[in-house]
Amino acid sequence: MRVPLSWLNEYTPTESDDAAAVHAALVSVGFEEEDVHAYDVTGPVVVGQVLEFVEEPQSNGKTIRWCQVQVAPEGETAADGGPAVHGIVCGAHNFAVGDKVVVTLPGAVLPGPFPIAARKTYGHVSDGMIASVRELGLGDEHDGILVLSTIGLDPEIGTDAIALLGLDDVAVEINVTPDRGYAFSLRGVAREYSHATGRPFADPADLAPEYPGEGFPVVIDDARPVRGVVGASGFTTRTVRGVDASRPTPTWMKSRLQLAGIRSNGLLVDITNYVMLELGQPIHGYDLDRLDGGITVRRAEPGETLRTLDDQERRLDPEDLLIADDSGPIGLAGVMGGGDSELSGTTANVLVEAATFDPVTIARTARRHKLPSEASKRFERGVDPAVGVRAADRVVQLMVELAGGTADPLGSTLVAPLERAPIAFPAGFAAGLVGVDYTDEEIETSLSKIGADVQPIEGGWLVGAPTWRPDLTDKWTLAEEVARLVGYGRIPSVLPVAPPGRGLTRHQRLRRSASNALAATGFVEVTAYPFLAEQVNRTYGSPDGSDIPLVRLANALDASQATLRTTLVPGLLEVAKRNRSRGRTDLAIFETGSVFLPEPGIEYGTAASPAMAVRPSDEEIAAIEASIPPQPRRIGVLLTGERTPAQPGVAPIVAGIADAIEAVRTVAWAVGAELELVQGAHAAYHAGRTAELRVAGETVGYAGELLPALAEEADLPRVVAVAELDLDRVISLAEGVVHAHAIRTMPAATQDLALVVGADVPAGDVLAAVREGAGALLESIELVDDYRGQGIEAGSKSLLFALRFRADDRTLTAAEASEAKNAGAAAASERFGASMRA
Amino acid sequence: MSEPTEITESAVEQAVSDALAAIAAASDSAALKQVRAQHTGEKSPLAQLNALLRSVPNEQKAAFGKLVGGARGRVNQSFAARESEIVEAEQSARLDAERVDVTAIGTVRRPGARHPLTLLQEEIADIFVGMGWEIAEGPELEHEWVNFDALNFDPDHPARAMQDTFFVEPAERHLVLRTHTSPVQVRSMLEREVPIYILAPGKTYRTDELDATHTPVFSQFEGLAVDQGLTMAHLRGTLEHVARLMFGPEAKIRLRPNYFPFTEPSAELDIWHPTFTGGARWIEWGGCGMVNPNVLRAAGIDPEVYSGFAFGMGFERTLMFRNDVQDMHDMIEGDVRFSEQYGMVI
Repeated sequence: MRVPLSWLNEYTPTESDDAAAVHAALVSVGFEEEDVHAYDVTGPVVVGQVLEFVEEPQSNGKTIRWCQVQVAPEGETAADGGPAVHGIVCGAHNFAVGDKVVVTLPGAVLPGPFPIAARKTYGHVSDGMIASVRELGLGDEHDGILVLSTIGLDPEIGTDAIALLGLDDVAVEINVTPDRGYAFSLRGVAREYSHATGRPFADPADLAPEYPGEGFPVVIDDARPVRGVVGASGFTTRTVRGVDASRPTPTWMKSRLQLAGIRSNGLLVDITNYVMLELGQPIHGYDLDRLDGGITVRRAEPGETLRTLDDQERRLDPEDLLIADDSGPIGLAGVMGGGDSELSGTTANVLVEAATFDPVTIARTARRHKLPSEASKRFERGVDPAVGVRAADRVVQLMVELAGGTADPLGSTLVAPLERAPIAFPAGFAAGLVGVDYTDEEIETSLSKIGADVQPIEGGWLVGAPTWRPDLTDKWTLAEEVARLVGYGRIPSVLPVAPPGRGLTRHQRLRRSASNALAATGFVEVTAYPFLAEQVNRTYGSPDGSDIPLVRLANALDASQATLRTTLVPGLLEVAKRNRSRGRTDLAIFETGSVFLPEPGIEYGTAASPAMAVRPSDEEIAAIEASIPPQPRRIGVLLTGERTPAQPGVAPIVAGIADAIEAVRTVAWAVGAELELVQGAHAAYHAGRTAELRVAGETVGYAGELLPALAEEADLPRVVAVAELDLDRVISLAEGVVHAHAIRTMPAATQDLALVVGADVPAGDVLAAVREGAGALLESIELVDDYRGQGIEAGSKSLLFALRFRADDRTLTAAEASEAKNAGAAAASERFGASMRA
Repeated sequence: MSEPTEITESAVEQAVSDALAAIAAASDSAALKQVRAQHTGEKSPLAQLNALLRSVPNEQKAAFGKLVGGARGRVNQSFAARESEIVEAEQSARLDAERVDVTAIGTVRRPGARHPLTLLQEEIADIFVGMGWEIAEGPELEHEWVNFDALNFDPDHPARAMQDTFFVEPAERHLVLRTHTSPVQVRSMLEREVPIYILAPGKTYRTDELDATHTPVFSQFEGLAVDQGLTMAHLRGTLEHVARLMFGPEAKIRLRPNYFPFTEPSAELDIWHPTFTGGARWIEWGGCGMVNPNVLRAAGIDPEVYSGFAFGMGFERTLMFRNDVQDMHDMIEGDVRFSEQYGMVI
């Protein structure tokens, strides 16, 4: 809402307050400041009279006028210190000798900023400029300069045109929260300003005299109330006859409308908009002569259409509320009028409508037809049902005064019921909620100030909320009013003591541990958006390449990325690509985040949603729980380029699958999980370089190198190492409490074991077989070499293991250790045909 | 060197002076080892002189014994002295040889880093955990009832339309990407017993295009306390405590009236600190208020018995004015240089 200060000052004195002070006062009662709007016209801008001009055709085809303009009374100095008559070049032709115009003299600055100076042009020194409406920032008209007689003005020569045209006014823009529709009016803002400053408030609803209104047929016939509420609860009409629609809108009105952000659109429409801004009541004006009979307010019939003011043919919904005359629908109630019966430049007789429409009906219609308007914005938030009559009368008053019309008794006065049950407001309730010991006087004064009727009763008050405050519905809302008007600054600071908590959960602690461990080993944490193209999800999110269900957004920002991620890998690829394009070619990055994994064959969501303000049944709660697809938290890593950079004495090491596996081992280590790797397959990974990751026998992710074709598609080098783990699952599967083994202190015996096996036997399986065969004396076993080549038959490999044996109770003899080693070798031999290398 | 046949003072002196000269001449431990074998070994003159003691008449044994013993002592002493000199010189030469230019040592791995937004989340979580609060979590893809209706957003109220919500297809099945972390309030109240003191950090979504100050994916932390006798003074006390821990003891907060469907009374929270970018000033930090009775009712909590307060702040915004981040793009694009500035500390 934009509030011109000259206007605000009419209802509550703003005195010498500037825009900043007005903003500060309004902020203190709950209206955030948005902006300040001004005309930005400064310097000598005066009324001048064209004394004479010579038309001079130019080589460019234009004809300019070389004018002599009187800008100060005879014998006086002009506002710029120059002579009383200035020579000015003007390109417009819409004026005659003797016309009074607006002259911007050298030193003036027009919006732009566009500074005015005497300048040489078309062979003359043009000592100023004759201004158009648009150049002054007063409107969009640019069909020539502003001739003051056309807007009904005949001021003295030399008059300050800035004040004359209201260009010295300033508007503050505030953000009106959706509960306070009344503040979409000068009336509401002035009242709040008076709350903030303590200055008096004069209600503009009292400005107009009361006009009678009877005999105009209005029928409210709502066959389909929405949520049980009839579409129109009030409907006032008034008639003004014999208006001159061609009269100019007074400059004060034009200036205020312009500052408030509303375009001037002819005197009659300007008056309806002015009253809407003044009182918050949207007004609709009809050309009475183009109405066919009386007015019916009803819901649209299925299939019915209406051509609205914006020249759109609209197919109506049976929930839309219509204004109709005998010819059919003539407007979408509270949203937009129809094209046929509108006020126009030739309208002579006006029917003024000030209605009270149901907020929900209007909100739905405005949204359905994507037609947010000044009117719908106010109706959605609730319009004071008591102000309609006053607003209609105010329009009549202004049309009589400004358009030369005559008030006619034809009209209707259907006022919505204003009675609302008073709210019981127990003494001490506000104090108990806000923590301030308000006095009874503070409570009564605050509530009276906002316009409430406050009746003391035993143990508190009965409070009748003012008609313009539909948001005041219970004692909590009243407590807020008291707190707000007394001031939030009064609220003391008390630190509450929570009961002893559990600290972070195990999952929360271990998630941090995993991220910290990766960062400690050189990975940089990044974040990515979860929006992916469907094809990307299918390529990267399905290990076996089969079709997977996806969550799709109904209103994605980018329609080509409308599905939610099923894997973190594409986001990491995107981030890697961005970093590479900025010159970082060596990358080790990770992300933790949710993926969205609907299961096949399940219809998520619910058909109905439970009601507000009441706890749903256990069944409904269970249905909500079941309605959401699984969203496990994963951790993903990506490496590309050099893992170890070249440096003195160290050759660079390029990242590969080993680094991806190292990373998932780091994560598993950090959360206390025992990770098992098996040769795996994943549609997006290099067929020979993919490890399937398991914890406790369950698949929890993949690590390896990206399919080179996909790396190329992503504009990345051929080798991109990636891994992804279901972090939540890994933590759940990890052992909760670690139970200690006794530390053996007897001397160890170490032995090497070289086994020759088929080249495609997994080393991990051989190791497992040796471990099992070697028995309890084996303390550790590590694979230290994988040799192929000379001395080893083609198709075979020699695996070298380092074994360490230890007993609990004695020093092992070499024979005992060898026996255990041989038992291990025998197990590997039995399972994989391994032979001990001589 | 001829073998001595009898012990004479001159023979002993000769052997000693030969040995001392050889010891002095030995320049490294290998040479010294050889000298030792030559001059103190079994076949050395001194050893042979010593062996001759057996044939010395008894009455002279003591005198010759002393002569030879003294000579061996002098040689051994000299040897030990020289040995320690050589060892020291050799060790020092080795250390010299092993000297490296420490400024030329590279990093085997480039340092990693956490993302400052997640570090900030952890820091704030720790502040609340320290106060006895618990960290609550909920899904990012959420049911509309939990995201809106339970929080007193009427389906037809403009406040609901103002949330710029991502809907999941088909929209009539009531699934949305949560527009705030407030649904975790609802879940906590449905699942837990009063008293409840929880903090819910997490990702949130709104249909805002990415620019310098907006992002469709952002993160918030939501606090909720429900107990008997809680007032706005407790809300203020909590926020003040957190502001001081986050920004320093000079931090001040201010509450301004505002409107949110899920709180009544509602307030906007401003924070002031002398070190903010652009100087000491008030900056809007988040929204807060007393839990609306309809929200308590939606969770089956009687608002006549219990009251609560809630607040919500954005991590991105906090990082912007706390750590001087100028552009939202830096926080969401994943440029590693951004996280690397922070390392493990914000």
